[in-house]
Amino acid sequence: MAQRIDVKDLDIYYGDFHAVADVSMTIDPRSVTAFIGPSGCGKSTFLRTLNRMHEVIPGARVEGTVAMEGVDLYGDDIDPVAVRRQVGMVFQRPNPFPTMSIQENVLAGVKLVNKRISKADAADLVEQSLVGANLWNEVKDRLDKPGAGLSGGQQQRLCIARAIAVKPDVLLMDEPCSALDPISTLAIEDLIAELKQSYTIVIVTHNMQQAARVSDRTAFFNIAGTGKPGRLIEMGDTGTMFSSPTEKATEDYISGRFG
Amino acid sequence: MTSTAPPTARATPARRRRTPRDRGMNRAFRLVSTGSGALILAVLAAVAIFLVARAWPALTTPGAEIAQDVGWFPADASFLSFVGPLVFGTLLAAVLALVMAVPLSIGIALFISHYAPRRLATALGYAVDLLAAIPSVVYGLWGAMTLVGFVGPIWEWLASFLGWIPLFEGPAATPARVMLTAAVVLAVMILPIITAVCREVFLQTPKLHEEAALALGATRWEMIRTAVLPFARSGIVSGAMLGLGRALGETMAVLMILSPGFLYSFAILQAGQQQTIAANIAAQYADAAPIGVSTLIATGLALFVITMAVNMAARAIVARRKDFSGAN
Repeated sequence: MAQRIDVKDLDIYYGDFHAVADVSMTIDPRSVTAFIGPSGCGKSTFLRTLNRMHEVIPGARVEGTVAMEGVDLYGDDIDPVAVRRQVGMVFQRPNPFPTMSIQENVLAGVKLVNKRISKADAADLVEQSLVGANLWNEVKDRLDKPGAGLSGGQQQRLCIARAIAVKPDVLLMDEPCSALDPISTLAIEDLIAELKQSYTIVIVTHNMQQAARVSDRTAFFNIAGTGKPGRLIEMGDTGTMFSSPTEKATEDYISGRFG
Repeated sequence: MTSTAPPTARATPARRRRTPRDRGMNRAFRLVSTGSGALILAVLAAVAIFLVARAWPALTTPGAEIAQDVGWFPADASFLSFVGPLVFGTLLAAVLALVMAVPLSIGIALFISHYAPRRLATALGYAVDLLAAIPSVVYGLWGAMTLVGFVGPIWEWLASFLGWIPLFEGPAATPARVMLTAAVVLAVMILPIITAVCREVFLQTPKLHEEAALALGATRWEMIRTAVLPFARSGIVSGAMLGLGRALGETMAVLMILSPGFLYSFAILQAGQQQTIAANIAAQYADAAPIGVSTLIATGLALFVITMAVNMAARAIVARRKDFSGAN
């Protein structure tokens, strides 16, 4: 299930614009890795290269390697569609499919791979995924109601259920709580702590307390100025990063003396 | 919001200066929009009243009496048995046109919105819009002079190989002044409006939902199926209804192409089978006696009723899945 990711000398470009420069890092399986840093520093862009979602934007390209258990995701014979089935993603704003019921939403990804899933298997998978996303008790009586009718926090957990229903190896979360109230945020954070038992989780967050609460390791990205590429400044155990970071820039950012 | 800050000495003059004008604008805007809404209702009502009033003589006169004054009215018919085949022909033409145009329009619109490189998409968009600007007489001419000759052999082929389907029953007429040819021209005519509506709706699919599908490992077509098409459903129906409205009322193209007949016939490759209401009005209007004009207007009333019924049915279809429309 959970897999380790090795990123080596990764540069990301949008056309001529050099967005992120020279990132190398290792992301451990069964752990939560948090990316922090000021807006525009490239942490979301970098996150999206881990499942090749950045390619949705025309002109985007990368140099370097992203290897999952030794297999380069950017190898010539690798299909981005297959990568995305292996690496799930949860977005900043909850985005359940509005035309689908709760149950259909959970099954949306599964139906792409396995069109003939039996009713019983589908029901099992829906329950299992919704339980996994801590949402089952709240929605079990209205699985056929529209997913868009849930609260924001419930919608985000529905999106997590949808992502884990396809049984990915890695789960990417791009500021998953930034559109949610504190109570929903807490629910998602608890969920992240449970999910890391079986998945490799990478989370981008603007909330430093959140990074400190949920992550095992933290990576700090920064940008030298407008138009310059973002860089990975420092990465380490979350405890160390927040108590005694090596770099001055990290300390300034964490203690709020910066942007 | 109507709540205002507690009036302080500084805030008061600003409020005095702004509020009355805002209120004035508010009121003016409300009047204009209410007026526009009322106007369209009034126009519709006026048309309906005109149609009913002018159609009344024909509706209340026995068929035999109409037939005495009007040459083209069958002697043994009542008004209903006269208008029946026309309603049938009109619906047949419009449905055939829609069946051909809607899938093609969705395909073109998807190509423009999701597949074509941007410059090609823009050029193609203009080309489709240009199709809409061609007057229907020109389409009629093109259909009657060029298309009829071109499709003749194809229709013959259809009749000989698929003739066992009642729709394609032969012999195919030469020249091909038949319903299927007219429907092809109608399809070309309604293509631009349906394509334009679909394209706009497809382009408005939230990026969020497209990315959600892609992140689940959807290919481009799967992404379109899970995110774009469901979102665009009501828009596609609206576009199709606009097209259907035009196809139902289209006069010149049908008049110039179709060799008319007054049968309940599905034989769309044979001549002299069907006629549409609008084309029939145009064909007979010039030399009709007063009771004849009234009869034609009564068929117009029937067209009016059909169009309204079709539109209401379409709305009902769209509204049935309102909860899932994504409008919230």
